[in-house]
Amino acid sequence: MSGVESAQPVLRLQNITKRFGSVTANEAVTFDLAKGEVIALLGENGAGKTTLMNILFGQYTADEGTVTVFGKPLPPGNPRAALDAGVGMVHQHFTLAENLTVWENIVLGAQPLHAPRLRSGAAKAKIRGLSEEFQLKVDPDAKIGALTVGERQRVEILKALYRDARILILDEPTAVLTPQETDALFATLRTAIDLGLSIVFISHKLHEVMAISNRVLVLRHGKLVAERPTLDTDRAELSALTVGAETSAPDLAPATPGAALLTLCDLSTSAIGTAPGLRHANLTLRAGQITGLAGVSGNGQAALSDLISGLVTPQTGQLKVAGDIVTAWSPRDAIGQGIARIPEDRHKTGTIADFDLTENTILETYATQFSKRGWMNWRKAKAHAESLIETYDVRCSGPDARIRLLSGGNMQKLILGRVLENAPRIILANQPVRGLDIGAVNYVHGRLAAARDAGAAVLLISEDLDEIMRLSDVIHVISDGRLSSEFARGTMQPEQLGVWMAGDGFEGHDYAA
Amino acid sequence: MRLEPIANPSLARRLTFPALAIVATIVIASLLAMIAGGNPMAVLGQILIGAFGSKFALLETLNRATPLIFTGLAIAVAFRAKLWNIGAEAQLYAGAVVVAVLGTGALQMPAPILLTVMALAAMMAGAFLLLVPALLKTRLGVDEVVTTLLFNFIFLLFVSYLLEGPLKDPMGMGWPKSARLIPEARLPRIVDGLRLHWGFALALIAAVIVWVIDAKTTLGFEMRAVGQNVEAARFAGIPVTKVILKTALLSGGLAALAGFSEVAGLKGSLTLDLSPGFGYTGIVVAMLALLHPLGVIVAALFVAAIFVGADSMSRAIGVPSYLADIMLATALLCMVLAILLTKFRVRRD
Repeated sequence: MSGVESAQPVLRLQNITKRFGSVTANEAVTFDLAKGEVIALLGENGAGKTTLMNILFGQYTADEGTVTVFGKPLPPGNPRAALDAGVGMVHQHFTLAENLTVWENIVLGAQPLHAPRLRSGAAKAKIRGLSEEFQLKVDPDAKIGALTVGERQRVEILKALYRDARILILDEPTAVLTPQETDALFATLRTAIDLGLSIVFISHKLHEVMAISNRVLVLRHGKLVAERPTLDTDRAELSALTVGAETSAPDLAPATPGAALLTLCDLSTSAIGTAPGLRHANLTLRAGQITGLAGVSGNGQAALSDLISGLVTPQTGQLKVAGDIVTAWSPRDAIGQGIARIPEDRHKTGTIADFDLTENTILETYATQFSKRGWMNWRKAKAHAESLIETYDVRCSGPDARIRLLSGGNMQKLILGRVLENAPRIILANQPVRGLDIGAVNYVHGRLAAARDAGAAVLLISEDLDEIMRLSDVIHVISDGRLSSEFARGTMQPEQLGVWMAGDGFEGHDYAA
Repeated sequence: MRLEPIANPSLARRLTFPALAIVATIVIASLLAMIAGGNPMAVLGQILIGAFGSKFALLETLNRATPLIFTGLAIAVAFRAKLWNIGAEAQLYAGAVVVAVLGTGALQMPAPILLTVMALAAMMAGAFLLLVPALLKTRLGVDEVVTTLLFNFIFLLFVSYLLEGPLKDPMGMGWPKSARLIPEARLPRIVDGLRLHWGFALALIAAVIVWVIDAKTTLGFEMRAVGQNVEAARFAGIPVTKVILKTALLSGGLAALAGFSEVAGLKGSLTLDLSPGFGYTGIVVAMLALLHPLGVIVAALFVAAIFVGADSMSRAIGVPSYLADIMLATALLCMVLAILLTKFRVRRD
């Protein structure tokens, strides 16, 4: 990694303050970025990282404060001015047109696409040059729709470089990448630094922050609470600074498994789109035990999750709850059987964005607990929401706030509260901590562990093997709709599980479709 | 220029822009009146006088607003649950046909009972008419915009057949109209001697009932949940299909009450020109009301006033009464813009 070269900062944020209604997203944030420097911006969900970068890029206008790029103040609220000044942003959610090719996406906005004489040759040559120089391998003539997530990200970076960006802002760039792709991204970033570019890198992942940055800035509740040279800090300190307290993974006592609460016997379901259904699956969830389901995304997790959620019924085979074969099966039946369901997508499936917290809290129980003969009891519902907000530490302006204003972590806490409050027998947690910060991750894991100790049967579905191995008492692997047999905690190494995840452990079993 | 979303629009903002929309509508209407050769102040004044200037004018406006409240409610209920009912026109005629069948002597009962029976039967007919597209939607995924829209034409032709055939008034000198309702089947006037029938009161009551359903009942909660995010609603265990079907029944029933009230209250017989597009205008009413049941009353009065006022203005000044249609369209566009500006802030680059 090259050293920091010049004293004159390429970017200076001074006293940036931004409020949304009564919520202060950023408060008097000030920092400099030097030429050739990588700053890591660390913080919990809702700490104000993305807001800050959107202000820098001109998508939001700050209430107070100034942004200076190469010594010149940036007019607020103008992304084009930011682009012209040499600031390039790679968003967390890509902003590419799927039906256009790579080079068209890159020149889009930089020059008119349908000019009479579009100089595609020159543009493509420049893109090829850049992709060589920065090791961003991608075919300029490929359609975006045909590219993998990693390739799309390369296009986003190329788009910034094509416009001669000297400062790159990367918002959670590794969240969507495989380990190999992450390594490739880091190689690109190092090249960029050597060529004199500067980078602001936003991430939750501490080891990446340690690997790539020169300096770490920690944001908490919108304020800059700490600034550390990367060499003088470590992961433990950063983790503590981010959440404001020392945190640790839940210390799990050995489980005391009880009765089988949910059983799949030779159960198959139909496929969901391109993802396979379950194929002759056998699974037993026991009281007081966390069952982890490891597997590569798209191998039947959705089918299993939908089945237990009540959205899908078995095609063949049996589903038993507490020993009884289930005949009627719907989401309401599942809830009635005491199944708490934490869905994979909290925005699309778990909550209704424009409903307030009260309404979202009672989505599953309005019919049984918050109404009488068809009449809603809003007073009771609101009191219930208030108590959940209190108990589960949901940070919001109150039960009347629309849930779309909440950060991911707070949204997840509300969903947790909604389902755990009913003392469930069985808990289905599908990717419960995806996209959450360290504090929220530990909170969610702690709650799941506590529910286990209280006697619930927990099924944890995750693509993060670390999470599975840390939390699970027993582990199953899912591959192409097939479920492996049960592995006890500590009996399998990650590499061995990896063999099963690749679909290679299933020989000798009868998994005929 | 570009738009920046506002997370939580203030109450002032939510009131200012709709108010500005009304001002903009008036300004544009004035310009059009000038182009048509009228003095804008006189034209607008004459519209106001025509709509509210006399007891007769006011009652005429209220009468005109009555079917619009019903169809506006029907649309608002359906649209809130994202059931795109474009077929209020057909559902209105379904209600009207039922009244023409039951109210012309087929049933002989005391007035209160007969009126209740006719209203309920009309609602059932309208509900059934929307139930079919709703079932096609929930069972087979057929787009209800297409089915409900096309149903309008089919049903209007069916009514035309009825009026030329089975329902034709034998004493009607060959005109395609039904026989007159028997006296017991007529909605009485609210006050003796004033040309305002009980249909208007019924419309107000319907609006309050819909508002209560929306805000206070589980069905209202379910309908809003299904409308806002059907996937989350299904996941949470809300019986989505049932809710859509119930919404269809309610919406179709409300639209049919417009037909009931027009035939039993105002006209006394069924003709093919019973509705000058009340079912379609109901969409405008519902949109202007931002799909709020009580807002529908205000929006329906506004729309009715423009129509009634423009007719009278046209007679007095000679500016074509088509101005009413343009004003309505302008009002709708301004309102859509106002809603946008309530939720977004315009930023200059």
